[in-house]
Amino acid sequence: MSTSSDKPAGLLSAHVREEIDRWVAKFPPGRQRSAVIGALHAVQHENHGYLTQELMEAVAGYLGLPPVQVFEVASFYSMFETRPVGRHCVAVCTNISCMLCGGEGVLAHIEKRLGIKAGESTGDGRIYLKKEEECLAACTGAPMMMVDHKYHEHLTLARVDEILDSLE
Amino acid sequence: MSQDKITITVNGVELEARPGQMLIEVTDAADIYVPRFCYHAKLSVAANCRLCLVEVENASKPLPACATPVAAGMKVHTRSAKAIGAQRATMEFLLINHPLDCPICDQGGECELQDLAMGFGRDISRYTERKRVVRDKNIGPLVSTDMTRCIHCTRCVRFTEEIAGFQELGTMGRSDRVEISTWIERSVEHELSGNIIDLCPVGALNSKPYRFSARAWEMSQHPTVAPHDCTGAHLYAHVMDGRIKRVVPRACESINETWASDRDRFSYEGLDAPDRLREPMVREDDGLRVASWDEALDRAAAALRDAGADSGALVSPSATVEEGFLLNRLFGHLGSANIDHRLRQRDFRGQGEEPAWPSLGLSIAAVEFLDQLLVVGSNLRHEAPLIAHRVRKAAQRGAGVHFVNPARYPYLFPVGQYYSGDVGDFWRDLASLVLAATDKVPGGALAQAVAGAPQPEDRHRQLVGRLREAKASAILLGQLTLRHPRRAEIELLAAELARLTGSSIGVVSEGANSAGLSLVGVLPHRDVGGRSRATQGLPAATMLARPPRALMLVGIEPEADCVAGDRLTRHREGTVIALTSWLGPGLKSAADVVLPIAAFGETPGTFVNCEGRWQSFDAVARPPAAVRPAWKVLRVLGNNLGVADFNYESSDAVRVAAAAAAGDPRAAAYTARSAALPAVGGGSVNLSALDVPMYEVDALLRRAGSLQQTADGRKQSQATAERRTA
Repeated sequence: MSTSSDKPAGLLSAHVREEIDRWVAKFPPGRQRSAVIGALHAVQHENHGYLTQELMEAVAGYLGLPPVQVFEVASFYSMFETRPVGRHCVAVCTNISCMLCGGEGVLAHIEKRLGIKAGESTGDGRIYLKKEEECLAACTGAPMMMVDHKYHEHLTLARVDEILDSLE
Repeated sequence: MSQDKITITVNGVELEARPGQMLIEVTDAADIYVPRFCYHAKLSVAANCRLCLVEVENASKPLPACATPVAAGMKVHTRSAKAIGAQRATMEFLLINHPLDCPICDQGGECELQDLAMGFGRDISRYTERKRVVRDKNIGPLVSTDMTRCIHCTRCVRFTEEIAGFQELGTMGRSDRVEISTWIERSVEHELSGNIIDLCPVGALNSKPYRFSARAWEMSQHPTVAPHDCTGAHLYAHVMDGRIKRVVPRACESINETWASDRDRFSYEGLDAPDRLREPMVREDDGLRVASWDEALDRAAAALRDAGADSGALVSPSATVEEGFLLNRLFGHLGSANIDHRLRQRDFRGQGEEPAWPSLGLSIAAVEFLDQLLVVGSNLRHEAPLIAHRVRKAAQRGAGVHFVNPARYPYLFPVGQYYSGDVGDFWRDLASLVLAATDKVPGGALAQAVAGAPQPEDRHRQLVGRLREAKASAILLGQLTLRHPRRAEIELLAAELARLTGSSIGVVSEGANSAGLSLVGVLPHRDVGGRSRATQGLPAATMLARPPRALMLVGIEPEADCVAGDRLTRHREGTVIALTSWLGPGLKSAADVVLPIAAFGETPGTFVNCEGRWQSFDAVARPPAAVRPAWKVLRVLGNNLGVADFNYESSDAVRVAAAAAAGDPRAAAYTARSAALPAVGGGSVNLSALDVPMYEVDALLRRAGSLQQTADGRKQSQATAERRTA
């Protein structure tokens, strides 16, 4: 048993390491565990929107934590993907306000148009349709969806098609 | 009301409490029952099972007793309608996803969930939806998993993080999809990991070797003492039909707390190894054949009588006090002082200056409260897992734990200074420390020991300062030093450093009873009670190099338990009498008379632990077939030889005689040596020869199947192969 991950931190880019350092510095010494969320965000962003086991172990190694503590965080939060997904992440809100304004219709439309179910990625690896997105705090703009961190509000099906078509 | 005590009322009874204590600690101390799953006195508070909800007056909701600090004047009801209602509701939630498979669950009959379902559950479930199913994980050869039964109390997770020191298990996912897991399939490998079996309040984590082999109510529970290291951990053996079915820890706060090492817990598997002996055997022509006890004992007695003073005994460091005492008397009768239990020791030059018995130098519990500790030549976690646990607790408290070691061993706590060097010379840093601690030029043997040592540097002076200034400081010599070819120098230096810095000094001795055997004279240079022998006998290594005409092996396999023991397996002169429980290949070729003796759990006896604590135990299981406890075999052998006053009626009678003869010699410090140390012959030693793997220290462990399959077990088979070819 090793004291932390054996995976080299070399898997992490200089930018990611800088980002992790920035997060570590925000917390008292010895509290690197608090930087895991920030670290995983940075790593996932550079790795086409998902985390691999190697990358998570590299984060653990860099922070000096047991890998299991990184896996716990990655599996807990819905914003982390722990298996390969499409390049663009499309998350449709179906929580109460959006549901009342047609959010579920938007989701059904996208599923039909892309031929995938929520939680799946298109075969060409272009789009990942996120499973069950909860309220994104944009109720005034319902129905809405988030594409790669960007909010799109007051959606119509035509507008949805336009957005999907614009994704490379 | 005094500052440090407050009064609370529980169920109308006034109780005293310390501010900051959790409610459940106070009710537990007062024997007031509050149900719980996740709370454990040795672990941090999680408050996630919610079963310990109690009513606190003026609180709007029931509060969890494990996470509610007491406050002066607090009025608590643990049995009120509100409290019981909350506990019942919690049980109903916990049982939603719990399978009703108690009849095929090993935990059935000793399950906290089952008990509480009886006490607080409904008899009919209102839940009609589908139950959740969780896939089982393979977490290694020791712990079986049935994860659907898990109620997510996280005791196992907290154990790996807080007690073992490296979190191997975690809670993956969230809410109704939480699973306890290692994430990727990987075994749980810490040497105390078997304790998660006891911690698990349900049947999710169970003993893999024991799986489906008995039911809790079919077994009887008997106290015993662990046979593999010098801590003398308290255990219970669970016995069915005269055989040990499993072993669990017996709480003893001052030794093992509530824990057992994996080694102590799972070694019983070796009892029924295929090469377990059932009958005596004698050599005929070129092989061994089964013989009667009479014939075998007659042969043994004749060989010993013929050899007289040219006889000797090599004794397992885990032999009992009783066995050691009888051996001492028996060989005394033959006029031989060739009797030794220091089988892996290479250097005997300093034996005259050693204390009467190998002591830890302080109590096991006191290790936890040391401020500074220097460990010399020790793979501590493997040598004595429970002492390593105390050392870790000390380090967690902020103590400085420093090492002078021939290798880097992983320790799961912040380590102070770590000196590591080549296996032959690593101890030179100890010499530098001695030089840093004194202005005087050492003379005599000490001058020899410091000769050639590197000049002390700042770090050496810093460490000496810390040891000196500490309220409680200690130096511990590990088994790598005990087996080292320069043991005499290392002991000399360590004793001097201890003297100069006011630290206690002690050793992590081999086997379960090095202390006891030293006290009853299983040493060539000291008789019972640590008295010097007029005529010194041959130490173990010499007996192996030039075996006496009749050599008795007690509880050992020479090729694995002794330095250069494989020489003996090729020795075909003289007579080798083996008292053993198993017939491995070495004994098969070496032994002329094989006397089958009872093994762990099958014989009564006494171990003296590294604190000097005499701990007696009864036989809890029946040895197979014609096998007899070693003390009886030795007694009959002694009678055959005509040893005077040798008619001990019971193992207890032997112990009483041994204790009276041994007296109570203190584990005095090392005595100063004035004479020069004889030079040692050349010859290098490699680390794999010194560092005996954790699951290979004795014959029982070498046969414990599941331990051999652990990561450490597999690594060691490789190391052993290397050592044998080296």
